[in-house]
Amino acid sequence: MLKSLQAKDSPLSKTEKQLEILSNGIFNDGSLPTFADQIKKSNQYPLKPKKIEILQINVGYMCNQVCAHCHVDAGPDRKEIMTVETMQQILEVLKTTEVNTLDLTGGAPEMNPNFRWFVEEASKIGVKDFIVRSNLTIIRANEKYYDLPDFFKKHNVHVVSSMPHWTKGKTDVQRGDGVFDKSIKALQELNAVGYGISGSDLKLDLVYNPSGAFLPSDQFSMEKDFKKALKEDYNIDFNNLFAITNLPISRFLDYLIASDNYEDYMYTLVEAYNPAAVANVMCTNTVSVSWNGWLYDCDFNQMLGLKVASKSKHISDFNEEELSNRNIIISQHCYGCTAGAGSSCQGVVA
Amino acid sequence: MEKTYYDPADLKKFGKIVEWSEELGKSFFEYYGKVFEEGSLSAREKSLIALAVSHAVQCPYCIDAYTGDGLKRGITKEEMMEAVHVTAAIKSGAALVHGVQMMNKYKKLSM
Repeated sequence: MLKSLQAKDSPLSKTEKQLEILSNGIFNDGSLPTFADQIKKSNQYPLKPKKIEILQINVGYMCNQVCAHCHVDAGPDRKEIMTVETMQQILEVLKTTEVNTLDLTGGAPEMNPNFRWFVEEASKIGVKDFIVRSNLTIIRANEKYYDLPDFFKKHNVHVVSSMPHWTKGKTDVQRGDGVFDKSIKALQELNAVGYGISGSDLKLDLVYNPSGAFLPSDQFSMEKDFKKALKEDYNIDFNNLFAITNLPISRFLDYLIASDNYEDYMYTLVEAYNPAAVANVMCTNTVSVSWNGWLYDCDFNQMLGLKVASKSKHISDFNEEELSNRNIIISQHCYGCTAGAGSSCQGVVA
Repeated sequence: MEKTYYDPADLKKFGKIVEWSEELGKSFFEYYGKVFEEGSLSAREKSLIALAVSHAVQCPYCIDAYTGDGLKRGITKEEMMEAVHVTAAIKSGAALVHGVQMMNKYKKLSM
């Protein structure tokens, strides 16, 4: 199993180092325009949020997998875990604001010891869309997780799961040996309780990240290929495929540099820049909450340590109005969300 | 003068051919784009054909471009290699089938 950048004590485990790389070199010598320069051309600078509709909660960086592209640098060695106290503060925000989507991520969110309590309490509040980003293998990792499909069903959780390809080789090279077989089994178990089946209200979406230094293709044609292959080979059904671009931070940045792909990848992102995607990038309607309650414009900014530019910086001090007036913090990694048809945790945006 | 005939960075400059002949360049890129749209053949099938032809014409730019395009489309390395073997089979077959011409000529000239 791979080790996290933090466990390896890699220089890239420091957010300052990542931001330095993203701001220097080709973005400092005039070879490529910075993201700020790019959005200034279409009068979209400073980038401003719209109404906050989604709270994306990172309940901890602990994970049973160590994926080669992980922007969280998650893994079994990561100990950052959200406490009940922080979860209670989030529940208060859900009760008192018009946020309509709760999106739990990690790490493997299910590994937080208070995960089930939090899901039960949050589902009582009645958000419109309650997402759990499950890596699938956690469902097969240990007997104590075997009932997760039934638990998700009971609370009408919308399951969003990663699946980089419909073949074992391409999946395991990104997510680790054995991940494909376990993921297939977990998907079949989710199907068995009604997830992703035609006519069922239980939604099962898949997330596709390229397993290498290239951008995703058209989301809808990829979805067609995924559906055909998973149905024919494993009798698996799902609702939608979200094609997500890998952002050049953390472990994916490490991979890009080590494989001598960093500059070419940044050129590719900049060439694919689509101004139409800027208006709908996810930071415009989402606030990301870290395991210890700090607020960020997105999960990527969270991993870069870039807290929101607002007086309201912590979930205990959540103020919709203050947050709506903030400027979104940007850097060159933002090109990942504006390439081609755009990219977000809900797939394409343009 | 450059020390090599091929520079990977030149692929990014392909669009610049329009600068020296705008009408023809634009027409070419418009035609190129339409060729690769979904039609009776899927864009995925066309990408694999393009990869095979890239090897036939031994164009390093095209090989880079259509290996990348195939990866984006989820085409596996096994599919790509099979396509390259189709190229190799046709190219070697094309060489070998001329052996019949050699046999014909040999027979004609020999007692």
